[in-house]
Amino acid sequence: MNHALRRLAACVSALALAAPAFAQPLTAVGAGEGEVNIVAWPGYIERGETMKEFDWVTKFEESTGCIVKVKTANTSDEMVALMNEGGFDLVTASGDASLRLIAGKRVQPINVGLIPSWGTVDDRLKNAPWHTVDGVHYGTPYMWGPNVLMYRTDVFPEPPTSWSVVFEEQTLPDGKSNKGRVQAYDGPIHVADAAQYLMHHKPELGITSPYELNAEQYAAALDLLRVQRTLVSRYWHDAFIQMDDFKNEGVVASGSWPFQVNLLQSEGAPIASTIPVEGATGWADTTMMHVDAPNPNCAYMWMEHSLASNLQSDLSVWFGANPAVPAACTDGRGMQTAEGCTKNGLDDFEKIRFWTTPVSKCPQGECVPYYRWVSDYIGVIGGR
Amino acid sequence: MSAETPAAGGLSEALWRRPGLLLLLLLTPPLLWLGIVYIGSLLALLAQSFFSIDEFSGLVQREFTLKTYRELLTTPSNLDILLRTVSMAAAVTVAAAIIAFPVAYFAARYAKGGWKALFYLGVMLPLWSSYLVKVYAWKLILAKEGILNWAVEGIGLGWLLQAWLSLPILGGNSLSVSYTGTFLVFLYVWLPFMILPMQAALERVPGSLLEASADLGAAPAATFRHVILPLALPGVVAGSIFTFSLTLGDYIIPQIVGSSRLFIGQAVYAHQGTAGNIPLAAAFTVVPVVIMVIYLWLAKRAGAFNAL
Repeated sequence: MNHALRRLAACVSALALAAPAFAQPLTAVGAGEGEVNIVAWPGYIERGETMKEFDWVTKFEESTGCIVKVKTANTSDEMVALMNEGGFDLVTASGDASLRLIAGKRVQPINVGLIPSWGTVDDRLKNAPWHTVDGVHYGTPYMWGPNVLMYRTDVFPEPPTSWSVVFEEQTLPDGKSNKGRVQAYDGPIHVADAAQYLMHHKPELGITSPYELNAEQYAAALDLLRVQRTLVSRYWHDAFIQMDDFKNEGVVASGSWPFQVNLLQSEGAPIASTIPVEGATGWADTTMMHVDAPNPNCAYMWMEHSLASNLQSDLSVWFGANPAVPAACTDGRGMQTAEGCTKNGLDDFEKIRFWTTPVSKCPQGECVPYYRWVSDYIGVIGGR
Repeated sequence: MSAETPAAGGLSEALWRRPGLLLLLLLTPPLLWLGIVYIGSLLALLAQSFFSIDEFSGLVQREFTLKTYRELLTTPSNLDILLRTVSMAAAVTVAAAIIAFPVAYFAARYAKGGWKALFYLGVMLPLWSSYLVKVYAWKLILAKEGILNWAVEGIGLGWLLQAWLSLPILGGNSLSVSYTGTFLVFLYVWLPFMILPMQAALERVPGSLLEASADLGAAPAATFRHVILPLALPGVVAGSIFTFSLTLGDYIIPQIVGSSRLFIGQAVYAHQGTAGNIPLAAAFTVVPVVIMVIYLWLAKRAGAFNAL
């Protein structure tokens, strides 16, 4: 853990500028302050305004008197910026933002003893390294999901067993080449997917984590991505554009999110998804509390609510993600079912390597930092 | 009387006696706005581009250096982005000028009454709808299984489209993932910005000059070359400034329609995010500014602003 801290300290010391000493966690939850301000991903906190049946806010407001105010953010950077600005109580931070927030001292340790439902949290997530540092918890797990391989069932009668369908030229089961018919994610983090593929197929490279690559491993991943460029007509960036490409552009396989898979299936498209033998990358979000949260009591009540109520169940249906509380799949508190959770990848936790920001310092000495991933991935897409 | 002059009278008198003071009072707020909000932020941006990012820690080093510009101008993939964006902007501008001229000419010289209203409506109508909606609509039109492909197949010209799409740079798997598609959408979206200034310029060309040219024995082509074009040039240049600079800066269209190869705007967006490479993003932003300065200077030398 010390190691992880040191590694982070290098990349985030800029954020630590005006950080005050750590606030001590609450020892008891008092009366609500009347409101709670949350920075969240779009679609994460629904009050029945988008669709009537998806509502996990109204009951909370009625029972606690804490009015929920949401500020949506589209990227992890926006989230970090908003939290640095202050004035918010909670944030639903992904793995790349959460450690930055902890190292920048923008979030405070959580007293899990004040959250009665803490015990129901998935054991696999309780001490996850993206929110637990030196044994101290900095938040409650919220949702997680895999980046699956989405494919068209009319082209693949059997699920593809390997990510090679999007990485190497081959003839697909329908007898035609995959050239121009597969997609890849239009973000530098996709380098990690290539690295994970190499972990399995070229063990001699010695990759231990797709987010910690030395120069040689990194070069091999880029070479693989250059091959992929010859197969990909357009990289996907926006979930809805990708769905359109599967319908109108003749795309048959791509890395994707359960979100797109569920939506396309609900439209009756011949779509399914799988996690191939190499495993998959994924994301895991945590509800974290600002170090100067103005409404700590309401914040604690919300964290409890986020684990105990219909939120976990209904949000996992809404977003195509997995609840941090496994019981939410089966106990009927919301719309999610055991089959639904299996479809969203609940059983695939071990196969998933969760997203973290690559930094220079890593266990094997020196690794290629994220900004190089950005410039080099631009080069690869540009055909270099 | 002078003893009873109220203060307001003194003020108006002072303003009347010294017109410069009035001018100063009226101009200061907009000049401050222009100076601080526009020029100031531009200079702040320029300053960022002279910083660099530390290779090891990924932190921005706030010391003067030309390292970032060296990276911008020596990395092949960055040069590709610049070349790609400038070529696209130039192609879109030339094509827009060619298409816009006859439209503007008809509207300026022949359209009357209801036709003129229809012309304005036709040109402006696309500007009233959402830019994103238009671009998404084009994505569907150009898709492999879209209406354009269907229509081309229907009239038996599928082979022609396939031949075009198999061209090395312009082609691709379908129109929607090729440079040709990006070009068509740019052309559609920016065309009104070319037509309107052109039409305004053409309207100001006196009909008597055209008649005089014809009386002196000039063929229509010669009249066009020696009379209409020079007189309408300010409009063409004004329109080309719009289409050229708008294409240089756009980052939405190439993301939705095209082959995912980056344009300048997208590169800026990518570098300033999680990457935190603000210096390189700033350096990328400076490029269109420099290009536009050169462009305006060339236009001025060509006499485009003489009529202003």
